Amino acid sequence: MNILHYWRAMWGIVGRELWRFVKQRERFISALVRPLVWLFIFAAGFRAALGLAITPPYETYILYEVYITPGLMGMIQLFNGMQSSLSMVYDREMGSMRILMVCPLPRWFLLFSKLIAGVAVSILQVYVFLGIAWLYGIEGPWQGYLLVLPALMLVGAMLGALGLLLSSFIKQLENFAGVMNFVIFPMFFMSTALYPLWKMKESSEWLYYLAFFNPFSQAVELIRFAFYAQFNSFSFIYTLVAFIVFMIIAVLGYNPSKGMMMKKGGR
Amino acid sequence: MGNNFKTMKAKNITEGVSLEVEGVSFSYNGKKALNNVNFSVNSAECTILLGLNGAGKSTLFSLITRLYDSPVGKIKLCGFDVKRQTQQALSKLGVVFQQTTLDLDLTVMQNLRYHAALHGMSRKQANLSIQQELERLSMYDRRLETVRQLNGGHKRRVEIARALLHKPSLLLLDEPTVGLDVSSRQSIVEHVHQLVSEHGLAVLWATHLIDEIYPDDRLIILHKGQIKLKGSVDNVLNQTTTTSINDAFKVLTQGENG
Repeated sequence: MNILHYWRAMWGIVGRELWRFVKQRERFISALVRPLVWLFIFAAGFRAALGLAITPPYETYILYEVYITPGLMGMIQLFNGMQSSLSMVYDREMGSMRILMVCPLPRWFLLFSKLIAGVAVSILQVYVFLGIAWLYGIEGPWQGYLLVLPALMLVGAMLGALGLLLSSFIKQLENFAGVMNFVIFPMFFMSTALYPLWKMKESSEWLYYLAFFNPFSQAVELIRFAFYAQFNSFSFIYTLVAFIVFMIIAVLGYNPSKGMMMKKGGR
Repeated sequence: MGNNFKTMKAKNITEGVSLEVEGVSFSYNGKKALNNVNFSVNSAECTILLGLNGAGKSTLFSLITRLYDSPVGKIKLCGFDVKRQTQQALSKLGVVFQQTTLDLDLTVMQNLRYHAALHGMSRKQANLSIQQELERLSMYDRRLETVRQLNGGHKRRVEIARALLHKPSLLLLDEPTVGLDVSSRQSIVEHVHQLVSEHGLAVLWATHLIDEIYPDDRLIILHKGQIKLKGSVDNVLNQTTTTSINDAFKVLTQGENG
C-alpha cells in the first residue's frame, strides 16, 4: 500500500489502454477519419462562407481551416472522453472493470487512472491528426506543439470526467447514439470550435452566452491559445474548475451502493 | 505496518478462517436477494456454494468483492472488514468471474502483467509469479499468444493463473466451468482442488453443477437468498437422509422453484 504500488498500477492501466488502442486498428483509423473529414471537406467548403476578423491569438488573417484545427483537436478529445468513459462502464468492458475494482487500491484512484489512460489515447490521436494537418499545410509555431500538451491533458481529463459523470447518472444514455445527439453535438456546435464567439453574438445573444459558458468552448480556447504558445488564464481556470467539479460528482456517483454498478446490477 | 500485517496474516492462517460472512442480507429495489446469510470458509478447504441460477450466488460474490456495499451484516477477509479495511481485505483475494474478463486483443503475458501491476508487483516479481502459475497449468509456452487465439478452457486457465499471481489466501470462483467441455472442466476442477490440498488455499466455488464436488468438500446450499444447509458432504447427506448430493439438493429446494 505504498506510492510505488499506485505508480505501477497507474502505468499498468495506461499501458493497457495504449496497447489496446494500437492493436485495434479499425478504431484507430475511424477515430482519425472524423476530424480529417471536417478539415478536408467541411472546412474547405465553408472557407468562402465565413469571413474571419483578426482575433487573438491570431495575428493575421487566417484561413478557416486554420481556425477550426484547435476545435477539431477538442473534438477528438470530446469523442474520446465520452466513448472511453461510457464503454468503461457499460458494454463488454463490464467484466474487466470488475477485475479493476477488486484490486486493492481506492476506487477514486482507479477511476482517475482509467481517466488518465483515456486521455493518453486521445493525445496520441491528436498528435497524429496534427501531423496530417501539418502535411496539409496547417502549422503552428514549434513551441505550440509542446505547449499544447498540458492543455490537451487538462481538456482530456475534463471531458473524460464529464463522460464518467454522465454514465453514472443517466441510464438512458446507454447507447452512444443518444450521447451523440444529446451531448456531443450540442456541446460541439454550441462552442467556439467552428465559429468565434463574436460571430455568434451577431446572430443571437443567448446563443453567445450558452457558447461562452459551455466548458467545451473554454477547453477549445485553451487549446487554441496554447497551440499559438499563449496562455489563456480564464479558459484554464474555467476548464480546471469544470474538471474538478465533474470528477467529484463522478466519484460520488460511482459509490458502489448507489452508483451505476448497482443499477446495472448482476443478479 | 508491514510487520503488523505479517503477524496478523500468520495469526489468521493458524486460525484458518479466510472468509467470514455474518448475518448478511441484501435487497435490490425492495426485493430480497440474500436473507441473513452466515458461513465461513477455512484455509485448505474447498467450499462449494451450490444453488440454482438466481439463488443469490452472484450477489453474494459482488458483496464479498465489494462491488456492492452490504447494508446489513459483516464480511471479513482474513480478519479484515471488507467495508472498513477494503484494501487490506482485497489484497488477500483472488477472483475468477463468471464472464471472461481478459483482453482478447492482448497476449496472455500482457494480460497477466496488467493484473500484476494492479497489485503493485515489480516487473521481476511479476515475471516470476507468472511463470510459476502458468507452468502449473501448462500454459507457459502459450504466453505470447493473444487471448483471442485460445479456446474457452485455456482462457479459463489463464484467468485462474491471474487470480493467483498475487498469492491470495482466498480464491473465489463464480461458475468458472460454465460453457466448457468435459475435459477442460475436469482439469480445472482438479487443479483447484490440488491448490487447496497442496497449498492450503481457501476456495469458495459457486456452481450449479453437482459433479464438480469432491467428497472432502464442504457444501453450502443456497436457495432463494437463504442458506438451506451447510456442512461436509456426509453431513448434508445424513441430514437430508439421501444418498446423493443431487437428491439432497432436490429435497432442499423442492417445490420452491419458480
